[in-house]
Amino acid sequence: MNPYEPQVVDVIQNIEETPTIYTLRLRFRDKARQQAYRFAPGQFNMLYLYGVGEIPISIVSDPADEFVIDHTIRSVGRVTKAMSKLKAGDQIGLRGPFGRGWPLQHALGKDVILVTGGLGCAPVVSVIRYVIRRRDLFGRLVIMQGVKHADDLIWRDQYEQWETLHDTQVILAASEQPSAQWPWHSGHVTDLMHTAVFNPNNAIAMMCGPEAMMNAAIDPLLREGLNEHDLWLSMERNMHCAIGLCGHCQYGANFICKQGPVFPFAEIKTLFGEKGF
Amino acid sequence: METIDDALFLPHSQLQSFIDLLWRKSYEVIGPHVSQNTIEYLPLHQVDELPFAYRDKQEPGRYHLVKTSHERYFAWANGAQALKPMTFKASQTLWQAHKNANQELEFSTPSSPLLNTAVIGVRACDLAALAIQDQHFLQGDYVDPFYQSQRQHLFLVAVNCSHPASTCFCASTGDGPHVEKNADIVLTELDDGFVVEITSQTAKDIMSELLLEPAQAQHWQQKSQQLQQACQAQTRSISKKAHVQISNKNKSQVWETLGRQCLACGNCTAVCPTCFCHQQQTEADLSNTLISQLRLWDSCFNADHSYFHGTVVRAETKFRYRQWLTHKFSTWVEQFARSGCVGCGRCISWCPVGIDVTAVIADLIKEACDESL
Repeated sequence: MNPYEPQVVDVIQNIEETPTIYTLRLRFRDKARQQAYRFAPGQFNMLYLYGVGEIPISIVSDPADEFVIDHTIRSVGRVTKAMSKLKAGDQIGLRGPFGRGWPLQHALGKDVILVTGGLGCAPVVSVIRYVIRRRDLFGRLVIMQGVKHADDLIWRDQYEQWETLHDTQVILAASEQPSAQWPWHSGHVTDLMHTAVFNPNNAIAMMCGPEAMMNAAIDPLLREGLNEHDLWLSMERNMHCAIGLCGHCQYGANFICKQGPVFPFAEIKTLFGEKGF
Repeated sequence: METIDDALFLPHSQLQSFIDLLWRKSYEVIGPHVSQNTIEYLPLHQVDELPFAYRDKQEPGRYHLVKTSHERYFAWANGAQALKPMTFKASQTLWQAHKNANQELEFSTPSSPLLNTAVIGVRACDLAALAIQDQHFLQGDYVDPFYQSQRQHLFLVAVNCSHPASTCFCASTGDGPHVEKNADIVLTELDDGFVVEITSQTAKDIMSELLLEPAQAQHWQQKSQQLQQACQAQTRSISKKAHVQISNKNKSQVWETLGRQCLACGNCTAVCPTCFCHQQQTEADLSNTLISQLRLWDSCFNADHSYFHGTVVRAETKFRYRQWLTHKFSTWVEQFARSGCVGCGRCISWCPVGIDVTAVIADLIKEACDESL
């Protein structure tokens, strides 16, 4: 067994979310492999584009979906820009899933607070969809999403729909140039932490996005009385192997690809926010 | 004459027979040579290829071989590399991709038949480092198949260190100079030959063909004295509690000073026998029809080691040095239940500006002590 070697997946669809964000819908060419594939929201796959390279991308589809695996990607580097040109019928390589996902079992029966920034929403949207499809198993759902520009908000229709659900609160903020069509807050989403309604004694927070954004959200949540073991963060670093061997994603004693990418705050708080780690 | 059970004696005059025997047993025999002004491990056929009469002078930022009048083959400490490049190769093809006649993507893992390799002259520090690399590449959730097959083909003939360099501190890390495990055969070189200790069944079967005499009590005594002297000759050391003592030093002033000295060249990580960082690169053949995914040694001193999403986490050298040192000497203990340093001293000798890691650790510990007063 060679854990570095990808498997062939077919591109079922390449969905344009914004001019720079797209979702790749994939399926293993090998049917048995597709049927056997299981993942937890928050885990990631390594996607390989022929002749270009391999990158880690989190999985956004529902784990109950047996037929496709979705990845939402921003065109930012060499590989993601080249992948944006993929069409249905093309083939790429995939290996995974890797890492520790979101603590969804631990969240059962609790209020769930999701704080995301930028495209951080992609890994967390898988949790939103997961909770909404199993709504009765969880307490209140608080969705907090910050973007830079109003145009960066993808799945806007869904946020508007989620807002109408019972026991669900949607808090959106755009920090720069909010347009007339932006009915929500102007500024940082972390300025609105006090508006989130939840029971701190029976809640869990999951966050994903730029570290500065997460850092700004942590204090208000802890001050509200949330236990630091109920505060979970998805971390990101350079990754090459995804199996804890190449050393790039080390964060203190943790390999983010292996012990993470999702961590309880208590496990990483000594390094979190420290420049250069 | 009193003899020692379980130990044989190999006279210098029979060393060639030993090398010949290993080749006859279908091993590719690798041993130390004087090459590029250092000691390199290369295919070994003749005893006169060994570094006979050589000594190494090592100091911070300095490595120098000198020929002396002594009559030994292994009276030196180490060169820049030993075992690491044999098991964890500096460049390794992990897999290949191509498109078949129907333009469908296909992946494959290239297989290359491996020779059994016997390495003569392995040091205690390098065996300790090999055990750490075994832990990393073989004993986690994922086994590295390339490391594994190269590792399984190794036959290790160790030589106890009799002449440590001034940069050596394996006695303080507990990894040398005496070989205690992980070898098939352990040799101790004396003036007229070697005390031979056999520690694996394969080695026992092979060595029985040499019809060696048992070692004598006086050989054993000389061996013990020599090892004791090799320990005492080491002047550098690292605190056994360094991992705890430096664990709160992330904001130390020491990093500022080092950030100005260190060139971020990565020599220390290249010569370190335990450093395992590697990167993957995609390489196409000239016709662009066969794509190879390569694994190459990487270093946490390179800027792109910490690159993601258009940013470099450790843009400044002080952060890279801190990453390397706090990992090697502190967080490594959480990962591997021991320090990542085996006391070989290579990072001291091969640092072009002569940064001495034992002095850096001492500075950090002193600073921590001063703060606690």
